[in-house]
Amino acid sequence: MLVDILRGSLPLAGSDIARHWDVFYAFLVWISVVFFVGVIAAMVYFSVRFKAKAGGKVNDVHGHTGIEILWTVIPTILVFTVFGWGYALYRDMVTAPGDAIEIRVIAKQWLWQFQYDDGRMYTNQVFVPVNKPVKFVITSEDVLHSFFVPNMRVKKDAVPGRYSTVWFEATAKGEHDVYCAEYCGTTHSGMLAKVYAVSPEDWSRFIQGKEINPQTLAAVDDQLTTSHASATPVLTRAPSLADKGRELASTKGCVGCHSNDGSQKAGPSLKGIYGHPVDLANGDRVASADENYLRESIENPTAKLVKGYTPVMPTFQGLVTEPEMNALIAYIKSLN
Amino acid sequence: MAHTSHAGENYLNHEKGIWSWLTTVDHKRIGVMYLLCILTFFFFGGIAAMLIRAELFHPGMTIMTADQYNKTFTYHGTIMVFMVVVPLIPAAFGNFVMPMMLGAKDVAFPKLNLASWYLFMAGAAVALATLVINQVDTGWTFYTPYSIRTTTSTTYMLLGIFIMGFSGILTSLNFIATIHKLRAPGLTWGRLPLFVWATYATAIVQLLATPVIALTLFLVLLERTTGIGIFDPKLGGDPVLFQHFFWFYSHPAVYIMALPAMGIVSEMMPVYSRKQIFGYWPIALATFGIALVAFVVWGHHMFVSGQSELANFLFSFITMFVAIPTGVKVFSWVATLYGGQLHFRMGLLYAFAFIFVFTIGGLTGVFLAALAADVHLTDTYFVVAHFHYVMVGGTIMGMLAGLHHWFPKITGKMYSESWAKVSWFLVFGGFNVTFFPQFILGSQGMPRRYYDYAPKFQTLNEISSFGAWSIGLGFVIMAIYLLHAIFKGEKAPDNPWGAATLEWQTTSPPSPHNFEKDPVVTHGPYDYSEFRK
Repeated sequence: MLVDILRGSLPLAGSDIARHWDVFYAFLVWISVVFFVGVIAAMVYFSVRFKAKAGGKVNDVHGHTGIEILWTVIPTILVFTVFGWGYALYRDMVTAPGDAIEIRVIAKQWLWQFQYDDGRMYTNQVFVPVNKPVKFVITSEDVLHSFFVPNMRVKKDAVPGRYSTVWFEATAKGEHDVYCAEYCGTTHSGMLAKVYAVSPEDWSRFIQGKEINPQTLAAVDDQLTTSHASATPVLTRAPSLADKGRELASTKGCVGCHSNDGSQKAGPSLKGIYGHPVDLANGDRVASADENYLRESIENPTAKLVKGYTPVMPTFQGLVTEPEMNALIAYIKSLN
Repeated sequence: MAHTSHAGENYLNHEKGIWSWLTTVDHKRIGVMYLLCILTFFFFGGIAAMLIRAELFHPGMTIMTADQYNKTFTYHGTIMVFMVVVPLIPAAFGNFVMPMMLGAKDVAFPKLNLASWYLFMAGAAVALATLVINQVDTGWTFYTPYSIRTTTSTTYMLLGIFIMGFSGILTSLNFIATIHKLRAPGLTWGRLPLFVWATYATAIVQLLATPVIALTLFLVLLERTTGIGIFDPKLGGDPVLFQHFFWFYSHPAVYIMALPAMGIVSEMMPVYSRKQIFGYWPIALATFGIALVAFVVWGHHMFVSGQSELANFLFSFITMFVAIPTGVKVFSWVATLYGGQLHFRMGLLYAFAFIFVFTIGGLTGVFLAALAADVHLTDTYFVVAHFHYVMVGGTIMGMLAGLHHWFPKITGKMYSESWAKVSWFLVFGGFNVTFFPQFILGSQGMPRRYYDYAPKFQTLNEISSFGAWSIGLGFVIMAIYLLHAIFKGEKAPDNPWGAATLEWQTTSPPSPHNFEKDPVVTHGPYDYSEFRK
């Protein structure tokens, strides 16, 4: 009930975690109300009771150890409760389940692009299934942006040159707003997208390559609609993202030095490196070759030179577009 | 004493002409010059605020284009932060009041003090020159790589702030030396007015933190002019590194803004209650506690920036410590009222306004320090509301308490209390009408720095705009009754509020050298037993 009073000040809760978030928020609000009302009530009461009177006497109190200890200890306990709860919930909010569906997000002035494993790419709209965790791997092509889905209570900056992730599991079907929450220039407030959370049936047809018409989707919640004319697919049934990556590895010349079968060439093989530790020439160790490591090794190969190799690879900084980079990484992942 | 004042001679009239002001080394005159210049900047920053609220009255274009809007909030932010809220209380009241509170004739280095004023004005001039060169659109945070790639004249803006930084550094150095070396006989550390403690803590923070922002902005400036790759990933730089550097200063800067205002409130509560402050040492130590923690919490501005989860954990944990000394201060101020004889003059009313809004600002700070809550609320209007409650509600209400309290000392005149109350009501009420709805807009998900917004956010934006106009009206009335007081006001007595601190134990306005006879201190700053005889 204490949560319901605040419902009007919150967007729709589109996931279980969003509902947990609302409970935490309500806790913060009510604790604050208690403190605030306490402080103001004391101030008002003292103002009435100790208003200056002719001949009034001052009681020159200048401290009270007991009270002072109390008002130090109680807030201390409370703020660390808030910290603990906030951290526990935060961990859930940022730890994507291993089986999460991965969608790559490329932010640029002033639109959002969403890239699926099958190579399809959408602008300013993204389709996700309900009741399945979805992980977004986010980057930016130019300046900072921030991927913000209020209904899911998640937000993460899109930083050029690196990847960050956000995940949620939508429980509410329908349309959810995406805002850019980091100032990015002229059309910052117009950099909008929609997440369409669709039924499992819609989703299974979507991943088979059928298109979804968001208009009908928003209007009729549970009726499946497919239309090839609607939406704005950039690539429809193109080779999968990993296939595209394989092609790029060849056209960009990667395969000259990097095998895909574990055999030794001038550079380390791409097989089985994703998510595994890497020993470096300087004696350090990369705990896991993740998206950020792979990207850095493509753009700035000498930054983390693999043990046993010489720094002969040229930089590919500026030579690989963001969608291409996603494809290359997807290809390397597919070699596991 | 070599110089004896003639009857009626004071720091305002003993020398005349603009030149006598521009070459003065008198801390009081320098304080007044800062006050006048900063209030002028405040006026311009306020105009920008009114334009922002007018634009946001309706979704879509109301009075300006998106680019004009982005520039307007950039100037609102940079003017208010770097030219108003940071220097306001230390440079104006710190200069005018603090040396007198010590029983000193001036600050330790009077010429350096004047040089600081010139640096401040030169920096402000360079920064504001961008208004006519090519208006800046980066926001006051100058986040890279946007600030590196924008074609607007960000380079000059950064240079201006860089120069102003030195003014703050030198003023801090001056204040620290003054507080250490120029206290009157008998003025032990335990007898220092809490405003002096606050000025002292602020000076330390400012001295240590300002070089970092100066160098950071200088690096952006270098990157813009020479193309070295420090922050722009296109050049091999790291844009998040900028945020670390920026907040390493700008978080402590929040306390540079808040601590002096807290110091003023600590003066108001005892004077107008006619009794000792409740918990002198806890308040003084809390001031240093806040100043210390201020340096190790910067990462809480970056919970969604992509910094490591370990960093997020630690910064959230440490930030919680800020709440504790802040709470101690608020509780102690309220407890000071207990057993007093309360006089509801403007100084106390603005101190009440401070406690009201600052408590809300502090409590909502806990929301943003808690990791999970911050993820949704950061970069929304919730943050905008929060920092206006802290920085405007805090610093500006504190400043207005100080302005009304020390006005008779500075000008030698009394203002109309009834008009002051009307203005108080409009400013304090209008403030809450403006910014409280923004908490709700933020939790509903409206991001900050939005030129346009969804129709569902309209009602609260309208209310917010009405509040802003109420604040504006309140300040117009204030300007009128204060100007009226200066030219036509009643002559102020030397000590109209019956205060026990040293600045009131001399004439209003003070003589050029503050005290006719060097004061000797025999009691604490809030000992009113003398007045009760």
